[in-house]
Amino acid sequence: MVKKGEWVRIHKIILKPEERAPQVPEDTKKVPLEMWVKGFLDADAEIGSEVSITTVTGRKETGELTEVNPCYDHSFGKFIPEFLAIDKQVRGMLFGGDE
Amino acid sequence: MAKANDYESVMARKPEVMLKSVGIDYSKFESGSLAFDYERMMRETGYTLKEMQDIQLGVNVGNTPVMELKNLTELARKCAPAGKGARIFIKSEECNPSGSFKARRAANAVYHAKKLGYKGVISATSGNYGAAVASQAAIAGLKCIVVQECYDSKGLGQPEIIEKARKCEALGAEVVQLTVGPELFYKFLLLLEETGYFNASLYTPFGIGGVETLGYEISMQFREKYGKDPDVVVCTNAGGGNLTGTARGLIKAEAHNTEVIGASVDLGGLHMASDGDFNRKSFTTGHTGFGVPYSSWPDRSDVPRSAARPLRYMDRYVTITQGDVFYMTECVATLEGIENGPAGNTALAAAFAIAQEYGQEKMVVVQETEYTGAGKHIQPQLSFARDNGIEVKFGDPKDQVPGKSIILPSHPSLIKVTDIDLDHMRRSLIKTALKTYNVETPTEEDIAFLADETKTSVDYVKNVLKEL
Repeated sequence: MVKKGEWVRIHKIILKPEERAPQVPEDTKKVPLEMWVKGFLDADAEIGSEVSITTVTGRKETGELTEVNPCYDHSFGKFIPEFLAIDKQVRGMLFGGDE
Repeated sequence: MAKANDYESVMARKPEVMLKSVGIDYSKFESGSLAFDYERMMRETGYTLKEMQDIQLGVNVGNTPVMELKNLTELARKCAPAGKGARIFIKSEECNPSGSFKARRAANAVYHAKKLGYKGVISATSGNYGAAVASQAAIAGLKCIVVQECYDSKGLGQPEIIEKARKCEALGAEVVQLTVGPELFYKFLLLLEETGYFNASLYTPFGIGGVETLGYEISMQFREKYGKDPDVVVCTNAGGGNLTGTARGLIKAEAHNTEVIGASVDLGGLHMASDGDFNRKSFTTGHTGFGVPYSSWPDRSDVPRSAARPLRYMDRYVTITQGDVFYMTECVATLEGIENGPAGNTALAAAFAIAQEYGQEKMVVVQETEYTGAGKHIQPQLSFARDNGIEVKFGDPKDQVPGKSIILPSHPSLIKVTDIDLDHMRRSLIKTALKTYNVETPTEEDIAFLADETKTSVDYVKNVLKEL
């Protein structure tokens, strides 16, 4: 159970595939336009249920409850060793190698 | 009675929603034919340079340092013909409160919104502008909503855009995240109707005028420090506002001999509204997907008449590859001790190649840099590319296929710009103007307007018209 007032994220279909703009490319036309918004939960609810939230600007949005205290998980990704080779190359060109 | 909220009905309400949310009656500047009075629009709806400087000074925006990149210049000289290799400078716009030059555009838009009594501002952007509007709204005590195109249909988000969402939220904004598609504009209109907030569009006179201070500062800083204007200013070009505003600022400083060059990352072949292509792009802005269409026809933006009209100011327009920009971003870190965001280094990668065409006494300025961080950094962006099946390798960047491969130059001498045919673009603009406004026989005013629009002459336009 997620309590009223908790900070949550919801998901909603804004336009079904058949409601999409005429100019969108074929691959985009096959999928719906989806939306995610965060806000404070308006009433106790379970994950996956249809809920109403109040956003930080005071707006109401409805949608499927997906997350409580949604976090950021973007990062610096996997290491790209090519950058070390670039460093070695350009530092070598300007300041000479190790020898 | 509740208004109909299907796509067609909402889009049909665009003119009234825009008038209410931007507060500009664009019809005042229309001639009735294809021409409109651009300069009068900029003058009567925007602010003077002095007013903009004061507004920005009041919110800690602008007066960013100019830095000479001596090691990068030295590297360019090692790649250049003997005696060539102009000095390379950057204007460190990441020093602005929100971490990019977009703070200048947002400062004016938010100031104007507050002056007119709006309770909040909305911006449709996946880029640095969202963070800039959020930052300025925080200072002004206004509410802020940022609408982003962020995910593909599998729910996979562009790391760079997710970072921007984080930053907007950190600065107090509500972020509405959508999947790929131009219908972002549909949700944007609904939000404007619902809230009555100000549309902090990138394309109003406030948004463009705010960048004029940047061009003006460059001229003043160079005159003070080096006794003359820079020879070349390179601007990353997407929607056109960066280049337009900077060039207008240079003109206001009377820096008439400074060449203005636009630069975009080559994303040729990738469709901007395609769900499948969305995460095959390693740049979310500064690329040809915006730069080319918006330069050849500026009035495709969210306002009736865009204040960003880059073809009026561009002396040259070049492309550079994704691999070149990533390579150059690493060079700035390892040779200059500065980490900044890759998209903002589009102009820098171009400048590295362009500087090699000029004598060593010349000065080339890259007019902006942006912040970097998790998601919005060369590591995660290349890591994300690899995870999405893009081949990342060393080689000759000219062999790249956007969406399939990113080729890091195996030697810095392989970093080259490709010129975009401006003549072709100018003809295209003239043709589109006639078609859009349904004009068969343009008036003298139209012809003079098209000459201004294309930075050409009345004779040039007449010749193009003859050929059509």
